[in-house]
Amino acid sequence: MAGVEAKIVGVGEDSLREAFGKTLVKLADKYRNFVVFDGDVAAGTGTHHFMKSNPDRFFQFGIAEQNMIAAAAGFSTVGVVPFVCTFAVFTMRAYEQVRLSIAYPKRNVKLIASHPGLDVGPDGASAQAGEDLAAFRAIPGMVVVSPADPIEVEKATEAILNYDGPVYMRTGRSPCPTVLDVYYKFELGKGKILRDGTDVTVVACGVEVARALTAAEMLQLEGISVQVVNMATIKPIDTKLLAECAGKTGRIVTAEDHNIYGGLGSAVAEALAKTKPVPMEFVGHKDVFGESGESEELAEKYGIDKNGIARAVTRILERTS
Amino acid sequence: MLPFLSHFDGSNGKLDRMKDVAKIVRRLTIAQIYAARSGHPGGALSATDLMTYLYFRTLKMDPENPDMPERDRFILSKGHSCPALYAVLGLRGCLGADPTKAWKSFRKLNGLLQGHPDVKSLPWVETSTGSLGQGFSVAVGMALGLKHTKSSGHVFVMLGDGEQQEGEVWEAAMAAAHHRLDNLCVIIDYNKMQSDALNEDIMGLDSLRARWQAFNWPVMEIDGHDFTRVEEAFSRVKKLKDWPVVIIAHTIKGKGVSFMEGSPAWHGSVAIKDEEFLQAMQELDATEEEIKEYQSWRV
Repeated sequence: MAGVEAKIVGVGEDSLREAFGKTLVKLADKYRNFVVFDGDVAAGTGTHHFMKSNPDRFFQFGIAEQNMIAAAAGFSTVGVVPFVCTFAVFTMRAYEQVRLSIAYPKRNVKLIASHPGLDVGPDGASAQAGEDLAAFRAIPGMVVVSPADPIEVEKATEAILNYDGPVYMRTGRSPCPTVLDVYYKFELGKGKILRDGTDVTVVACGVEVARALTAAEMLQLEGISVQVVNMATIKPIDTKLLAECAGKTGRIVTAEDHNIYGGLGSAVAEALAKTKPVPMEFVGHKDVFGESGESEELAEKYGIDKNGIARAVTRILERTS
Repeated sequence: MLPFLSHFDGSNGKLDRMKDVAKIVRRLTIAQIYAARSGHPGGALSATDLMTYLYFRTLKMDPENPDMPERDRFILSKGHSCPALYAVLGLRGCLGADPTKAWKSFRKLNGLLQGHPDVKSLPWVETSTGSLGQGFSVAVGMALGLKHTKSSGHVFVMLGDGEQQEGEVWEAAMAAAHHRLDNLCVIIDYNKMQSDALNEDIMGLDSLRARWQAFNWPVMEIDGHDFTRVEEAFSRVKKLKDWPVVIIAHTIKGKGVSFMEGSPAWHGSVAIKDEEFLQAMQELDATEEEIKEYQSWRV
């Protein structure tokens, strides 16, 4: 991948949740072995597309997430894979159900969480989950994924369907730029270098990937060469790639729409502490809750926009030069 | 070898044998907890007659093949009552020709029989329970999945009375009725007592019947220790169409052991003392040989 330059292809109409909903419809005929559970948020999670196209494979569970999530574990025992869809905050409401009924027996259930982080926007703090990656990463055996754009959502959805085991995957609420091309190959557990650079590596996931690429463009004008890695699988994390990048640039900045504790940044630090410890900076929610506002406004205010990432890159260069 | 194992045969499935079989289940329940020095006897003894009946006379199953796709599923959502389940499984032939080794392993390191029903160590356990409410939801999902794949199996799930205090129970009750899961049967072991005290002192449940009826569930209310009533109820379950059904079984906590009956002190995980063990064994008609065997488990 060295030398590959990814550019932001354009601001697509689609949010990650819409991309997910449309992907379900696309996959429905190719894969007859999955169903969709939703808790009265089909219009929000994107599953309304599937509800219309495949009503016989769509199950309504109402506003009762603990039951929905444990029921998915039971349903999976007949050999059919449930995609269980709700907002990220509401998956945490059923954390213990995920732990005992899904993860412990390694049930083939896919939890799909829309509305993660400040990307939620105007709904405000009650819905802006900044803890979900940390929470689900802590459950033994759980795979945790956060795709970067609509194309990756489509590929990741098919990949997790083909993986036999429990997965937590974030989508997103707000319109999301496309950063990957249609030939992009998603591999579960593998990060991808989207832009090469020599001074600093930015490791990002979800909506932060596009922001990291924009920050890298900005910094290039100042003569700073930034490598950008899309780390869509947060668990298991791609330790090998991280060590290579740390070896090359010697400086790592992580960027996520999540609390700086327990999520991508922590996962990267844990991996590098054992393999190639280098100075790090962490872009994310600074241990605070969000508020109402448009997602881009919130990103700016809470320092997770392109400028926030650029500042972190500048900071790490200052303290290591 | 335990004396009753050598002459344990198919005749035990007869209705008039249920009382005797249940008495052995009670002895084995006490023996496992005595040997482990911990475990929950009260709710295991109250649920013993119901589980004995289910496994010997209701569930479609093959002791040689726990994964038989068309089997009926049983989930003990009140997972702490598992010593009685383990005793029944052993007597039903699900733990091999001599289940003694399994019973001895209850709550022990690397043991087959974990402190709460464990889906990973025992193939007869359909889902891990011990966190109240979850077993019921998993049962709802199984029943829905079986219907979706047009499979014939029925799902039976046993809940405790204290468990009714979990919000998830009512989420699951709503979902099962909404999806018309007539392949699902809930059995409530209504012994009126929970960990700390009586239900009514902790969080009242009256009227349990009215609550379930309000969720559109047909309700059968029986004496959970009267096998004739138990037979009447269970023989109706598979005939009822369109709705899931709940059997509220009135039971006595600690049933069969005088000093445990009606005492919340015997709900929680307890260590049974030597003299208590001997008295319980006497009341449950254990032979000297049998008692010696159980005592050897405690080492």
